[in-house]
Amino acid sequence: MTIIDNTSAVPAPRADDGNSAPLLEVRDLHVEFHTRDGVARAVNGVNYTVDAGETLAVLGESGSGKSVTAQAIMGILDMPPGRIPQGEILFRGQDMLKMSAEDRRKIRGSKIAMIFQDALSSLNPVLTVGYQLGEMFRVHEGLSKKEAKAKAIELMDQVKIPAAAARVNDYPHQFSGGMRQRIMIAMALALEPDLIIADEPTTALDVTVQAQVMDLLAELQREYHMGLILITHDLGVVADVADKIAVMYAGRIVETAPVHELYKRPAHPYTRGLLDSIPRLDQKGQELYAIQGLPPNLLKIPTGCAFNPRCPKAQDICRTDTPPLYDVTERDGGALPGRRSACHFWKEQIHG
Amino acid sequence: MPEALDTSAKKLPAGEPATVPVPVDAKAEKTRSLWSDAWHDLRRSPMFVISAVLIVLLLVMAAFPGLFTGASPRDADLSNHYLGAPNWSHFFQADWLGYDGQGRSIWARMVHGARASIIVSVGVTALVTILGTLVGVLAGYFGGWLDAILFRLTDVFSGIPFMLGAMVVLTTFAERTVWVVVLALAFLGWTTIARVARGSVITIKQADYVTAAKALGASTSRILFRHILPNAIAPVIVVATIALGGYIAAEATLSYLGIGLAEPTVSWGIDVSAGKDQLRNAPHVLMMPSVMVSITVLAFLMFGEAVRNALDPKMR
Repeated sequence: MTIIDNTSAVPAPRADDGNSAPLLEVRDLHVEFHTRDGVARAVNGVNYTVDAGETLAVLGESGSGKSVTAQAIMGILDMPPGRIPQGEILFRGQDMLKMSAEDRRKIRGSKIAMIFQDALSSLNPVLTVGYQLGEMFRVHEGLSKKEAKAKAIELMDQVKIPAAAARVNDYPHQFSGGMRQRIMIAMALALEPDLIIADEPTTALDVTVQAQVMDLLAELQREYHMGLILITHDLGVVADVADKIAVMYAGRIVETAPVHELYKRPAHPYTRGLLDSIPRLDQKGQELYAIQGLPPNLLKIPTGCAFNPRCPKAQDICRTDTPPLYDVTERDGGALPGRRSACHFWKEQIHG
Repeated sequence: MPEALDTSAKKLPAGEPATVPVPVDAKAEKTRSLWSDAWHDLRRSPMFVISAVLIVLLLVMAAFPGLFTGASPRDADLSNHYLGAPNWSHFFQADWLGYDGQGRSIWARMVHGARASIIVSVGVTALVTILGTLVGVLAGYFGGWLDAILFRLTDVFSGIPFMLGAMVVLTTFAERTVWVVVLALAFLGWTTIARVARGSVITIKQADYVTAAKALGASTSRILFRHILPNAIAPVIVVATIALGGYIAAEATLSYLGIGLAEPTVSWGIDVSAGKDQLRNAPHVLMMPSVMVSITVLAFLMFGEAVRNALDPKMR
């Protein structure tokens, strides 16, 4: 399939499936790790969906479970010590957790691909980038060495690596950080997957290169009409590319919202805290806000709302009752599609 | 490379200069992998050059002994029995280094003895490397019960003292050819390589690029053979090269003790054993094959050392 075929298919994406299931749906996913000190509950009932052509940003601090969720989707979680006690991961309506290892392997790379944070350590140091890119075609599509190399050059051109033909035989360490991340993106894109999971793709890059890589990713996503799950802790990165945001805390989703809605009026105190802790030019000279305390220990997550010990608005109910994911509405009860918040006091947060 | 630079400048959005490659000599930069770096270092190492020349010489000797001597190592003329010390001026001739107790040319026996030593050492090293790597990789990559079983087995084997074990194994064979010795030594020697390979694989399998390969749909065998093995093999090669010298010494020792190779095989160890009886009358009979063993062992040890230095820059 060439790119042209793909873009022409955009108006009726995936119509051939014959079902209206979302591209990816995660339902009540739990992941726990059995450690010497007890059971660390890294993911506690995550739900989200991603459609073709849509970008979901998963936001959260370190240890909030965002990467673990992604690894569970990819099926690259180390089990043991990891375990998925309950939940479903539906790819086009099919539960991947119930598939055979071989079937899942076939989905990886060709249907769902992943971009990793550190491109240097994610590329094999003893193989040329051309070989590693070509490997995708050789393994999944059975192309010859020569054809695979031509494809590799084509891909490198597509991710805007200068002088691709001359550099196809270079080793990963000969590329700069930004170029390496482009190669990772090219590898993930190679087989034109339906869904890409990017796990902090720009964290290891400097700010100017970050913007270029994000632009490239967004551009390619539009071109291929892929679903994209963007995992990050950088609210700045998200604003331009994401369609919707899911904020995670202690292994749960605490708020979901369309991207601009979330920035405008967050419905969860944690999101509010995150937004307030972004340095801003108009607050020059003032002390920067920081959320008090530390992320919870996953071995003993606080009862009630996991955020309660750090929440400036915590009441007694927050310490006893775990808030469900409430549907967030306008003050007059008008619907706000896609907006949900796991806070007992979401009304006060958003409207008060 | 200048053209490449130009096109890149055109294609890139503003702000890209940081990632434009510095113009470098394309040839020097082109193929710098771990192995090409190592080769680059090796060519400049005197230790490597000397040992490599010696090893090549020994290999040629083992393959084509006729190039070095016209005399047969098995022609025994008792009239030459211990007669005369070496005739240093008779280069490469039958009487160059004198005759042994059976009246056989010592030089011819030294030349022809190389084959047994080389076959034993290379054969054992090859078998040990294959078996050890296989066990180490399987145990290291899959872990769990497979690791437990394979490594208890490795522990059992490494608990057997090498020489004692080899003696016990070899005495059970009535006819001890080169291949019997190879199998016996390999049977006892694979554990070191297995340990090294396992450790190396455990380190490599946690590398991000292995996870990345998995996430991009590589099968287990592809991950093992394309991504893990090439990265994990360097320490194995180093240990194997150094061990090679040890197997030559082991073969000589066993032959000296009379439980390694046996006549009519020509072996340095057998000759050393024969020479000890006349040490005071004709010391050169013992010295010459001993010198050969020492030079060969030294050559392989130096070679292994040089390879290790080249592959592991931190060792320097």
